[in-house]
Amino acid sequence: MKTKLLTALLLGTSILGTTGMALAEDVTLNIESWRGDDLTIWKDKLIPAFEAKNPGIKVVFAPSAPTEYDAALGAKLAAGSAGDLITCRPFDKSLELFKKGNLADLSSLPGMENFSPVAKAAWQTDDGKSSFCVPMASVIHGFIYNKDAFDKLGIKVPQTRDEFFAALDKIKADGTYIPMAMGTKDLWEAATMGYQNVGPNYWKGEEGRQALIKGEQKLTDPQWVEPFKELAKWKPYLGDGFEAQTYPDSQNLFTLGRAAIYPAGSWEIGLFNTQAQFKMGAFPPPVEKAGDTCYISDHTDIGMGLNAASKHAEEAKKFLSWVASPDFATIYANALPGFFSLNSSPVKMEDPLAQEFVSWRGKCKSTIRSTYQILSRGTPNLENETWVESANVINGTDTPEAAAKKLQDGLDSWYKPAK
Amino acid sequence: MATELMAAETRPKRAIRWHVGVFLAPAVLVYTAFMILPLFGTLQLSLFRNIEQSQVFVGLGNFRTLFGDPNWSVNFWNALRNNVWFFIIHMLVQNPIGVLLAALLSSPRLRFTAFYRTAIFVPTILSFVIVGFAWKLILSPIWGVAPHLMDFVGLKSFFTPWLGKEQYALTALSLVSVWQFVGIPMMLIYAALLSIPDEVIEAAECDGVTGMAQFWKIKLPLILPSIGIISILTFVGNFNAFDLIYTAQGALAGPNYSTDILGTFLYRAFFGFQLQVGDPNMGATIATIMFLIILAGVCVYLFLVQTRLRRYQF
Repeated sequence: MKTKLLTALLLGTSILGTTGMALAEDVTLNIESWRGDDLTIWKDKLIPAFEAKNPGIKVVFAPSAPTEYDAALGAKLAAGSAGDLITCRPFDKSLELFKKGNLADLSSLPGMENFSPVAKAAWQTDDGKSSFCVPMASVIHGFIYNKDAFDKLGIKVPQTRDEFFAALDKIKADGTYIPMAMGTKDLWEAATMGYQNVGPNYWKGEEGRQALIKGEQKLTDPQWVEPFKELAKWKPYLGDGFEAQTYPDSQNLFTLGRAAIYPAGSWEIGLFNTQAQFKMGAFPPPVEKAGDTCYISDHTDIGMGLNAASKHAEEAKKFLSWVASPDFATIYANALPGFFSLNSSPVKMEDPLAQEFVSWRGKCKSTIRSTYQILSRGTPNLENETWVESANVINGTDTPEAAAKKLQDGLDSWYKPAK
Repeated sequence: MATELMAAETRPKRAIRWHVGVFLAPAVLVYTAFMILPLFGTLQLSLFRNIEQSQVFVGLGNFRTLFGDPNWSVNFWNALRNNVWFFIIHMLVQNPIGVLLAALLSSPRLRFTAFYRTAIFVPTILSFVIVGFAWKLILSPIWGVAPHLMDFVGLKSFFTPWLGKEQYALTALSLVSVWQFVGIPMMLIYAALLSIPDEVIEAAECDGVTGMAQFWKIKLPLILPSIGIISILTFVGNFNAFDLIYTAQGALAGPNYSTDILGTFLYRAFFGFQLQVGDPNMGATIATIMFLIILAGVCVYLFLVQTRLRRYQF
């Protein structure tokens, strides 16, 4: 038995060894990533699709744990043993790698023209002149609702804020459902699903975000205070004890059918589809008057760049151009519903909820979360403070005006916009 | 100290005893490598600042930032205040309850002593993560057992989402920590009570000192040194605390920083959080201050309290 096992092992290694040699004639590209969850999608769908079209190039997806990724990648880059292709975190972390010369400039890469400026913003220098990662996916904010509950109570999908609050009132009066599933315990729900979700409609998306970075607008201006005022109005519609309700609590309240509306990020789609036993729909953050331009948070989350020290830069660029192509976008977006391709060409998706989310791109203007680019570099950190203050506003600890003032004072203490 | 003294008394003219050094070496080396060197590393780190990718010596500049810049000092004083409250709750609740439990356990008439002793001590050996999550669930307004149990006894109206309310969260967490660690003072005091010789107790009984009077007049003075040790252990433990707050409330120690203690404040500064980039130098500065606070507390105890405690030899 033992000898048999040993022979089998030896045979196995010899076969593996020879295939390894055969592969060695091709160029092998290694991908660094923190998305271990996506391993099967890469291995079974994405890489075979690329390799079929590009004989002679082999691609290996080699993820590491999310918490270790940044440190491990930094060490590998310093030692010169990092993979050819590098999955990029948005904003400052990747920008730092580019400034150190670890990431190559991809501004002229064929395929980059498929992306809008907003999509590219997460992986650009502050002046927007050079891009260093191909945008892969984003997440969109909106509201997911329980269709059965809406049908039962005879509520139409709200388009305007008045309709939205009327719907909440109706659900509350009926009493069967908690009107809205959100808690303030984990803080970020209030900021990410609340402030950054409804906010773009007030500050007009990119227009307001850019003006804030340039210093032309302040967080104490009405368009930045109004979203806080709306959050303060949400309080009576949240469940009992929302102050101690955590993010998983909110998810469960909604998927168990106990709550009617869930302020959401599209990344929930995959989980909700498997857990919820009822029909779901989604609507974008309501606007003030019917017919107003709507703005959505279409937040860039993941991209891919080229290791400047790669020995196979030509082949790697070929791969990146493919990542920038609609082919890649179609496979990726369908395998991971809720992570949307940033490609300008429309992607056909099977999942109805994901389709609904992505359809807003056609009628609304996209922006990214206001605190992510440049404004969260100093102390106090604007993103963290926004978490705390959003929760404070909902809890009633701070008035919207006081919260906005605290944020602006914190920002003023270290941020001097270029004049 | 003690060994040297004893050696001096018994054999004054013996050759250098190498084996003492040899036997101490492993512990000394390990302790130096993992405790003393990092401590000095931290102190050194707190005197530097990262300016354009290189470490620059700034003297006490980081400390000036910590105390002078309102962006840091407000958070620091808030964390220190919370930490003091955390400590006060432990001193007022954990230690008296520990003494009480030990007194009950040492009562000869109590049955199932071993069972109670084990049951009360078990939470101490549980991981913070388990304790944090278990209590988060127990107190959860949605799925928790706390609201239901209170409903049974007609106290439902007193239930609030404690962990989410600014005015209650820190006290609630302190009490969770008390629940977890009450076993330690209990065990130490229990051991001290058992070590009181029977003759002393019998003599007291002959003099007519029994019951509560016996506890206050005979036993309590004899266990005071143990209570002193427990207080200092509690002090050091509380000012180094971090885990429970982190697992129950997250690194931002919400709501509105009301549960932020020095440990969580240090964590955010040193390692960063979300988009906030970690600043090892400011982190080391906070760690140094924590070290000094604990050092001061221990010194006060050693030089002012311990020297005045009377010890009884039997």
